Amino acid sequence: MAEENLKIASLNDKVKAEIDTWVAKYPEGKQSSAVMFALKLAQDQNGGWLTTELMDAVADYLSMDKIAVYEVASFYSMYEHKPVGKHKICVCTNISCMVCGSAKIVKHLEEKLSIKMGETTEDKNITLKEVECLGACVNAPMLQIGENYYENLTPEKIDEILDGLK
Amino acid sequence: MNVNIEINGKELQAENGKMLIEVTDELGITVPRFCYHKNLSVSANCRMCLVEVEKAPKPMPACATPVTEGMKVFTHSPKALAAQKAVMEFLLINHPLDCPVCDQGGECDLQDFSIGYGEGKSQYVEAKRVIKDKDYGPLVATEMTRCIHCTRCVRFGQEIAGIREIGATGRGENMEIGTYIEKSIDSELSGNIIDICPVGALTSKPFRFHARAWEMQKHNGVAVHDCTGSNVEFHTLRGEIQRIIARENQDINDSWISDRDRYSYLGLNNEDRIFKPMIKKSGNWETVDWEEALNFTAEVIKNGVGTIGPDSLATLVSPNATLEEFYLAQKVTRGLGSHNIDHRLQQVDFRAQESDPLYPGLKMSVKQISEQNAILLIGSNIRKEQPIIAHQVRQATIINNAKISLVNTQHYEMNFNVSAEFADDANILNNLLALAKVLVQKDKIDVDKAFSKLISSAKVTDNHEQTIAELKTDEDSLVIVGNTAQTMSNYSQIKIIASFIATNTNSQLAILTHGGNSASAYIAGAVPHRGPCNQVEENGLTAQEMFNKDLTTYIIQNIEIEKDLIGGDSEEVINHLTKANTILISSFVTDKMKEYATIILPAAIYTESSGTYINVSGTHQSMNAITEAKADSKPVWKIWRVLGNLLNINNMDYMSSEEVKDEVLDILGDKDMQSSINWMDFELDQVSNRAEYKVKPLGIYAVDSIVRRADALQRTADGQQ
Ligand code: SF4
Ligand code: FES
Ligand code: FES
Repeated sequence: MAEENLKIASLNDKVKAEIDTWVAKYPEGKQSSAVMFALKLAQDQNGGWLTTELMDAVADYLSMDKIAVYEVASFYSMYEHKPVGKHKICVCTNISCMVCGSAKIVKHLEEKLSIKMGETTEDKNITLKEVECLGACVNAPMLQIGENYYENLTPEKIDEILDGLK
Repeated sequence: MNVNIEINGKELQAENGKMLIEVTDELGITVPRFCYHKNLSVSANCRMCLVEVEKAPKPMPACATPVTEGMKVFTHSPKALAAQKAVMEFLLINHPLDCPVCDQGGECDLQDFSIGYGEGKSQYVEAKRVIKDKDYGPLVATEMTRCIHCTRCVRFGQEIAGIREIGATGRGENMEIGTYIEKSIDSELSGNIIDICPVGALTSKPFRFHARAWEMQKHNGVAVHDCTGSNVEFHTLRGEIQRIIARENQDINDSWISDRDRYSYLGLNNEDRIFKPMIKKSGNWETVDWEEALNFTAEVIKNGVGTIGPDSLATLVSPNATLEEFYLAQKVTRGLGSHNIDHRLQQVDFRAQESDPLYPGLKMSVKQISEQNAILLIGSNIRKEQPIIAHQVRQATIINNAKISLVNTQHYEMNFNVSAEFADDANILNNLLALAKVLVQKDKIDVDKAFSKLISSAKVTDNHEQTIAELKTDEDSLVIVGNTAQTMSNYSQIKIIASFIATNTNSQLAILTHGGNSASAYIAGAVPHRGPCNQVEENGLTAQEMFNKDLTTYIIQNIEIEKDLIGGDSEEVINHLTKANTILISSFVTDKMKEYATIILPAAIYTESSGTYINVSGTHQSMNAITEAKADSKPVWKIWRVLGNLLNINNMDYMSSEEVKDEVLDILGDKDMQSSINWMDFELDQVSNRAEYKVKPLGIYAVDSIVRRADALQRTADGQQ
């Protein structure tokens, strides 16, 4: 699926309309403030990752310098620059999660999916990604899939989650 | 308002709110810095400038700390030094130890400050970061592993060049300065990032590995490829120019120069350069010595003038020549009784030339353009014509939120905000007339019949009204007529209407002329309708008219006719030259030139001769010879001197170029250069309507015979066009 998405070089109308609602939240002339959301929408449109063409399209749409968009898109870890699986599992390994056993979680995930952190399963279903603190330390260890947080993780809980991703 | 502060125990006064580093710089107190640059915004991200401020818990960055009443600062206290040393240690963590093979060695801020503030050994044992090099095109070489992330180059692109091509992508350990995608840097000001990069990450590609900073000699000079008069420094080694860098002049070019001015030196040593005088004898070129060449030249000129009359002699001088050369060329030509002298190779319509002021130019300093509140640019692709003046226009938009309107025959990409763009591909005049019509109607200006007829058919839009309103506010405004307008067949009308608009909106009128020294040409009298300093003379033939009929003798100084003269039929022009006796005083000679020339006198290049340049706002800048005249070539003013003597022209015994200059300045008297730009009253119906045709103006890297030979410039995106 990623391959066919390679061709997407422009924002579709739905995405544009949604960007417009974000632009409207900022004062006139400050449309570049909407860049983060615009990039997220562009990424969603393209199955989870950004191409240079899409970043350029965002730059054009928001009248920004292209390089300014690249800067934002390369700074934040939630933007992907390579194809990812249908589900992106972001595992926190920062301090609180580490203390509460994130290493075990990572090991279990890697074994179960037979891929390493940063890789994608052969069926292009799941990508594993190591991330920094996601602000859910109270219930460490934790991970994020899409817009959902999964907390107080145990290997059993992970099996359950993975079953739901088939 | 001033405040009392104390720096290193010394009490003094400083302007409230000024940054500490500005105050210490003025006092000559060293505060190390990497990211701070006086012509860029403050980013305060390198932390090298930390100093101790009394009562502040931590050291403060001098570049981002404004002075306040009672502040006590210590730039060299143990606390300040400890902070500076710590920052230095961090900066050196990832910096390679490759100074011996780095072009920046010897003029590197990092190297210098690490001697002052660095430790002899590093505590860091881990692997250093390595960054892949970028390809920024033919002008700028990169070695990005050396980058210390000061972001000067990023800010330069954003704030000065006006196109952000470089940025900081990635994050933390993975942050990189670059273009993110593989891309050349295309700004016409790109070379400046070499000057401001405090380390060897960005260096000059053509200069790479040519010389070491400490073995070169520095010479002050002026850039001659446009009318800005930017200040430059020439660096030489063993009598050869190795590179040109920017020299600060806060009245003209700030700290910047255009790429054209920086890299034009690459054209100096071209294979077309000639070193021996040559005479064509029965169709074959013979190399002769100077004596024979000059005697023969004088003979040829004398014969032509004697048998056919002085009107059969015409002299054409490059607009980049020096004041001295212009003056002597016209002195010899006029001394022989001919008034056929010109330097305006890029102009075809001369009808309103009588109303030109002492010299067409700008009635303020180049820097003052940045203080304008509204600017109307007529027939100008200013970014490519005068990149540094475009920079000042851009500054006006940033500092004053100036409103810029453009009237052109096509769309040009500008690097500043444009308030209204009139791009009518049919002609410039229609839009100018519409602007004039707004004035006539709104202000009920009385104009004569011819003019009201001219404007009657003009179509006025809201944009025209808006532009006029912007120019008419009480604040400073400027109407600029550019190079492209001067190439047009109805330039006289454009000029007259531009002047009408300027006068009636209370704006200054400026003309940005072709070439590097056309102000000198006017002042020295290298125009057919006027002698030196506006003396009235009989009218001679203009550059175009010289080729409307057969003349006997042409003297042509540093011009490649087939490339430099616009308008007319180039074949026709060459025909005239071939039939006549054509004397070339030239540094470069091509096969084509040899076809039509009769005599070739090898001229020293401008860097090999002393001379004076007068920029668009009347600033005189004299330059010494940077290197010696090569082989048998001779400075042009000396060639004219000897020719003058051989032709029995009076008072041609100058010992130096200064004497020539003094003679011109004597005639000029105490005229103030800027207030002498007074446009005489135009008769609005003085010139009739004339069909407008467009001549393709010369591209940014095709403007003169030196720039055309600078191959690195030719390989840039602009050069390829
Ligand atoms: S390349 Fe040079 S100027 Fe640009 S950020 Fe790096 S050190 Fe600074
Ligand atoms: S450290 Fe994992 S959520 Fe904060
Ligand atoms: S010079 Fe002050 S922080 Fe860089």
